[in-house]
Amino acid sequence: MITVKGLRKRFGDAEVLRGIDEHVEQGEKVAIIGPSGSGKSTLLRCLNLLETPSEGEVWFEGVQLTAKNTDVDRLRRKMGMVFQHFNLFPHLTVRKNITLAPVLLGLQTQAEADENAGRLLKRIGLTDKAAEHPGRLSGGQKQRLAIVRSLAMKPDVMLFDEPTSALDPEMVGEVLDLIKELAAEGMTMIMVTHEMGFAREVANRILFMDEGVIVERNTPGELFGRPQSARLRDFLSKVL
Amino acid sequence: MWLELQWRNFSDQFYDNFIKDNRWRYMTNGLVNTLTITVVALALGLAIGFVIAYIRVTHDNTGKLRPFNSIARLYLTVIRGTPALVQLLFIYFVIFANSSLPKILVAALSFGINSGAYIAEIFRGGMMSVDKGQSEAGRSLGLNYGQTMWRIIMPQAVKNALPALGNEFITLLKETSIAGFVAVQELTKGADIIRSRTYNAFMPLTAAAVIYLGIVLILEKLLGALEGRLRRSDHR
Repeated sequence: MITVKGLRKRFGDAEVLRGIDEHVEQGEKVAIIGPSGSGKSTLLRCLNLLETPSEGEVWFEGVQLTAKNTDVDRLRRKMGMVFQHFNLFPHLTVRKNITLAPVLLGLQTQAEADENAGRLLKRIGLTDKAAEHPGRLSGGQKQRLAIVRSLAMKPDVMLFDEPTSALDPEMVGEVLDLIKELAAEGMTMIMVTHEMGFAREVANRILFMDEGVIVERNTPGELFGRPQSARLRDFLSKVL
Repeated sequence: MWLELQWRNFSDQFYDNFIKDNRWRYMTNGLVNTLTITVVALALGLAIGFVIAYIRVTHDNTGKLRPFNSIARLYLTVIRGTPALVQLLFIYFVIFANSSLPKILVAALSFGINSGAYIAEIFRGGMMSVDKGQSEAGRSLGLNYGQTMWRIIMPQAVKNALPALGNEFITLLKETSIAGFVAVQELTKGADIIRSRTYNAFMPLTAAAVIYLGIVLILEKLLGALEGRLRRSDHR
């Protein structure tokens, strides 16, 4: 579903990604872990071209995103993204946050989108907040709203960029539960995370990154149970 | 006794300056002209400012619109680098020297072009103050650059820019007083004409000042109410 070939990303003199090759199948749940500054988030953001790769190719559903004439906006509709800092639209109501994109892009009428938003809000228990602005929600509620905002576009893959890192500890659970539900429903997902327990439980494959390369890739059991490289052993000894 | 004398004196002066020969008309006609120039210039300034800010920000974000950006920067440099009065005189006596356009319109055009430069930078500041994550969220949902700009960045930018915009509105209103230099009879000129008839400067100039102040107070109230409404929506 997503293929990355020879991906490199430079910011000025600093090379953040130094040759990434990876392939993600439909239905896979891939977690990316690694120390901060290892390039995890940059890799994720290159997948939907929020960052433009300096070199290499990104393919999504058989189309090369990095090709010159690709309609990236159209492909992004099918790639939901959830950010560390939620990035909800503060000037719109909770409902409008969900319906804006599908209506503006002509995929749904306002009535259809409202109905869909009603279902999504019911799912995350925020039905009574539909007419309020996101400023009034708790961190956990905000992130769950951000997730269903992406779902409203009916994406084929979801990208999570440290979805729980900005949350108070007591709110992490409710967000992870929602992500686990999506995983159980078969959603393809790629997530950058610091929650090792969550990665182990949800992911069927884990990529360990350090200094701009994927150092190890394996099933959770193997990766956590039998780390091959010194760098991964060192990292795990610090975070587990 | 003294008080009565003062009062007689005052009412005589008032009669001379405003009642006699219907001189109050200089003030009311002047006020109408002042407001007309301000409103037309404001609409023009907002339109110009919006377009210029959009060009500047789009160029800085995406590297596109390069030639337009150069024009926009030249415009900003020239307009902000020269006095409004020089611009007014230049537009009136050079550019529109042989035009049959009403002079009040020429003046409004001049003030609009002037104000547009300041409003452009105010808008640009407002757009840059919106968190980068907002446009990333919009783009990641599949909205294109323009849609993201219009529906997500602009509404927040305008709200952020409102205090500075209010400032500019007030400046613009008062700056129209230089339109008298090209023989537009706005409020200040109206007061000055009365002075030249009655040889009394205090009465008409005080009246003009009080009227300006009154309009500014109303404007402040309106802007405050608008700001309050927009801010409330953020927290509800």
